[in-house]
Amino acid sequence: MTTAKGGHATMDGARPTSETTPHWAEEDGGTRVPYWVFQREDVRRLETDKVFHGPCWNYLCLECELVAPGDFVAVHVGETPVIVTRDADGQFYAFENRCAHRGSLLALEDRGNVKDFTCVYHAWTHSLQGDLVGIAFKDGIKGCGGIAEGFDMSKYGPRKLRVQTVEGMIFGSFDEDVDDLEDYLGEELIGRIARVFNGRTPVVLARFTQILPNNWKLYVENTKDSYHASILHTFFTTFELNRLSQKGGIIVSEEGGCHVSYSMIDRDAEEKKKNASLYAEQKIRSDKDIALQDTSMLQGFKEFPDDITLQILTVFPNFVLQQIQNSLAVRRVQPTATDSTQLHWTYFGFEEDTPEERKIRLKQANLVGPGGYVSMEDGCIGGFVQRATATASGERAVLAMGGYDIGSGNDRITEASIRGFWAEYRARTGL
Amino acid sequence: MRDYVQTAATAARIAEAQARYVHTIDDGNCVEWPEFFVDDCFYMVTTADNFAQNLEAGIIWLDSKAMLHDRILSLFEANVYERHSYRHMIGQPFITSIEGDEVECESSFMVARITREGPTMLFATGRYIDRWRLSDEQALIVKRIVVLDSGYIDTLLGFPL
Repeated sequence: MTTAKGGHATMDGARPTSETTPHWAEEDGGTRVPYWVFQREDVRRLETDKVFHGPCWNYLCLECELVAPGDFVAVHVGETPVIVTRDADGQFYAFENRCAHRGSLLALEDRGNVKDFTCVYHAWTHSLQGDLVGIAFKDGIKGCGGIAEGFDMSKYGPRKLRVQTVEGMIFGSFDEDVDDLEDYLGEELIGRIARVFNGRTPVVLARFTQILPNNWKLYVENTKDSYHASILHTFFTTFELNRLSQKGGIIVSEEGGCHVSYSMIDRDAEEKKKNASLYAEQKIRSDKDIALQDTSMLQGFKEFPDDITLQILTVFPNFVLQQIQNSLAVRRVQPTATDSTQLHWTYFGFEEDTPEERKIRLKQANLVGPGGYVSMEDGCIGGFVQRATATASGERAVLAMGGYDIGSGNDRITEASIRGFWAEYRARTGL
Repeated sequence: MRDYVQTAATAARIAEAQARYVHTIDDGNCVEWPEFFVDDCFYMVTTADNFAQNLEAGIIWLDSKAMLHDRILSLFEANVYERHSYRHMIGQPFITSIEGDEVECESSFMVARITREGPTMLFATGRYIDRWRLSDEQALIVKRIVVLDSGYIDTLLGFPL
């Protein structure tokens, strides 16, 4: 894979797009994004091939969702249905949710416990590791029929994914040659992931899916966009809970596609005053004399040794790990069409939580998800872009906030991590 | 026969309260939505799948009337979304138990969403799993668990269901 440095994607040789795919100017790098990239079917196919089936690590599920041998969950990698299992050897496996015979779905439930995957169509059987192990009427009946002579079951079977885990999370890749997950994430990101889990045992608190009326990349951009957070999501600013002028920063991975954005407790009351006037000057809807009647939702508990109250971490291409105060969740981004995306939320806590801590997590879960005080807007904003740019495919978005580089920094008024995403995206797709 | 009469009368009172509930949030003043609840009420929106698995968190999870007020305040003052409205159709309450002045019941609902640039769309179906407290003057909700049939929420969930 080619790497991107300094905000400019390098081409990886032959252009893998059709002749009609418009040209993304080399000099635009990750700083000008043509709107056709959110609209075109050929781009969508290219992404399946180069991103989701390419040498990338896709988030699949949490380890705690697969406890016993035979447990499985059905998810998607890009638009490809995938089954993740735990076998009797205790290991995790992942393979395409597709019968080796005629291509029917093998798993028809989202999760469960099975001995094997026997296709409902013709009862071809697949092991928990995704190997084809049985064929109905293989030897025919009364000397008639049966599978072709010399048919070697081991040569058939759904595509398998390489599987690796980090801190109780399972990732998969369709490309055997993908870098090790540890190298893919890098030390800094792994440290930021470990910070959230901190050796504890995750437990799922609920799962929801939000259907977004926009291309998947518009949502990924949104998660990397620390600039919008306190402008669009005015819950925090209206009730004076979080501001861009708080201490914080972003970390962008070397190749650009992964990032961490974080902010910290503001311990300086004077600074708060200064911030208030700063926001008033910007004419942002944030200075109102209103307050919550019940503030118990915001009375969190000290969970981490540092002062970080908000950390959003993304892994290219489909994953978000969220810590907003004590509200923890993983989000999996799944494209379903050029203008439709499913966002799968899994809220979690830990077995080690006290009942009081658990209750705080349940209350603070009001902040996120499809009805969340600070996230419901993300459900519609991508649609606003999708609709507004529908006939502007030749126009380009501009990502100049914080300059044009994609480096890490100590402020969040920057689009560096979005530029980083596009740099890595261009390097991988060749667009 | 006496039980049947009591149950039918109770169901009628709850149905009447539900009709006002729907009128308030669909056509009236949504700010008055919390007034259908007791002070230490519980209201959550979850999905059938989460509910069946006893998973605790909700899309909305409120455990006081003040939190219900805050939800509406946030929708009017803080949250950003395109203008839209909902239309609720609520089925007859099915009474599952009566204990003194408290009644447990379930009601099916369908909710359509009307958006600024779109047609009327079926947005959600599900059931309310309720505990009501009845007095001579009023019928109030002690606990309402809104169980959505589908785990998939289109775009966002704003106003109460």
